[in-house]
Amino acid sequence: MNQGIRRALVAGVAAATLAVAAACGGGEESGTAAQETGPVTLSVLTFNDYIPENLAEEFEKKTGNTLEITYITSNEDGIAKIEGAEPGTYDIAFLTSPFTQGLIAADKVEALDGSKIPNLANLYPEAAELAYDPGNAHSIPYSWGTTGICWRQDLVGDTVVDSWGDLLTPDDNLKGKVTMLDEDRWLLEPALKTLGFSVNTTDADELQQAVDLSVQAKSTLLGYDAETFYSKLVSGEAVAVQGWDGWCNYGTAEDANIQFVIPSEGSDLWVDTLVIPKGSTHIEQAHQFMDFILEPQNGQWVAENILYKVPNKAAMDALDPALLEQFPNMAIPPSTLLEQEALEDLGEGQSAFTDAASKVKAG
Amino acid sequence: MLAPALLWWAIFLALPMGLVLATAFFKGGAYGAIIYEPTLRNLERALDPLYVGVLWHSVWLAALTTVICLLLGYPAAVYIATRASARTRTLLLVLVILPFWTNFLIRTYAWIVLLNREGVINGALEGLGIVDEPLSLLYNDAAVVLGLVYGYLPLMILPLYAAIERINPEVLEAATDLGARPLRALRTVMLPLIVPGIVAGCVFVFVPSLGNIPVPELLGGGRSEMIGNLINRQFLTTRDWPFGSMLVLTLMVLLMALLVLQSFVLRRSRQVGVDG
Repeated sequence: MNQGIRRALVAGVAAATLAVAAACGGGEESGTAAQETGPVTLSVLTFNDYIPENLAEEFEKKTGNTLEITYITSNEDGIAKIEGAEPGTYDIAFLTSPFTQGLIAADKVEALDGSKIPNLANLYPEAAELAYDPGNAHSIPYSWGTTGICWRQDLVGDTVVDSWGDLLTPDDNLKGKVTMLDEDRWLLEPALKTLGFSVNTTDADELQQAVDLSVQAKSTLLGYDAETFYSKLVSGEAVAVQGWDGWCNYGTAEDANIQFVIPSEGSDLWVDTLVIPKGSTHIEQAHQFMDFILEPQNGQWVAENILYKVPNKAAMDALDPALLEQFPNMAIPPSTLLEQEALEDLGEGQSAFTDAASKVKAG
Repeated sequence: MLAPALLWWAIFLALPMGLVLATAFFKGGAYGAIIYEPTLRNLERALDPLYVGVLWHSVWLAALTTVICLLLGYPAAVYIATRASARTRTLLLVLVILPFWTNFLIRTYAWIVLLNREGVINGALEGLGIVDEPLSLLYNDAAVVLGLVYGYLPLMILPLYAAIERINPEVLEAATDLGARPLRALRTVMLPLIVPGIVAGCVFVFVPSLGNIPVPELLGGGRSEMIGNLINRQFLTTRDWPFGSMLVLTLMVLLMALLVLQSFVLRRSRQVGVDG
């Protein structure tokens, strides 16, 4: 539906990001840059079509600060921009959780002062328990979701799709009509979860087992698809696909037979966040922006327009029940999301993980 | 007058290539960092059967594409250059170039619409009662080759046309007058004269086919990776630039060998032209 949003999800390469961070890390001061007071222009890095169109106007009305928005096409792009520019170039960045975690670990983002973000109270209690940033000390969550199986109930006979195994070893109703994601982190997920391993594993033996299982599964796949899987469901070309919850809704919007299920073996949890890159000279105003973003109407906009769940309780409570009825996965409660395994920054282990994914693609 | 050209070459070709070359021999660190310690680890990895297999598979698909393009492009070029009237010739040449007016990606997507299980072709075949079950036309190597042939056929036709068009028709007539049958005239007179066109066409088709990224991804369904996809992933998702650079380097060595072969063939064909 939209590249920007898709890219927002590409947490797959979490670690990758800190590239320049590590390379240019030396000799940097960890102190705070001299601050500007009063209304300023905040420089924001975000994904295309990911914030309400009138956000800048409303924010200016409320606080006097103006926004200068730079669009990024992927998390990697965002990290590259942050690291490549002079410190202080960007005041706010939208990034997916593993990337956020990497930045926090590398001391590349400002610590937040929660007292300046009263709207944190709008969040679900679970939103303060996210492993990549406990207590929202360095980031605030914007949207969240999981990965599962999106399937056509009306085209699979009496088969009930509810596990990763259904994709890996499909029965005759599914054979040749299954797609999987080919972003590194998700490519191995069905196999890893089926084998009972972590989605964050970097253990060579576990990865090899997952590779073997994934390569076996290739023969019964229609193909890999991380961009148009929901369209393939709508056309009936595929009947069960590995996909992200929000995107599955784009299919459901066109055909109500398309449903989403979190597989019985469990899945992952991703969160899109906002951070203040180190070196910002507008920390005060950036806090104001974060507080503003957490106002219910902004979260509501995300839920209604992007069909992503948001960690903002006030926003979710304000949704029209008809929306939740039309898109049942929007009603997945935070407690269920938190039961999924949070995608983590793999650090040094990233290359082993990526190598394993390459083997599946090449094998 | 050479200086500006040389500067252009240095800045936009030699320098970036040099950087790629240098990067290939450094270590890739965590978070995509480049650690400036010389190493041969990337070379070892690139020679792993897994990755050599990907390269070999790509060469095979690109070669197949080239041969098919040649078989299709040759008669087309001969027809345009020798049989068509001046006005049809212009029209045909415009038609050959016409696809380039639309983005390659969009044209590739169009094949998905045609080939998929619920697509136009399967729909027609089922409607006519020719098949009961939709055929799996998409997401396999055949679909990739089809997409590549479709995309690069004009790059074969145009140099062939240019070469054939230059031949003085009287030479062929002379061959016929001296008793050569049409096939013989084609083989001993025409073919040597258009070798440069054939070689150019083959290079034009082979090189972009070999490094193609969107076709294997869209029409191959990402099931069989080609070297371009592998390299693309090293730079964009994996961020292992040193390994990516090493893969680029192996590809460059391969292409360089190809260009040497090209100039060798051209030199020989020129000699044949003179001797004959």
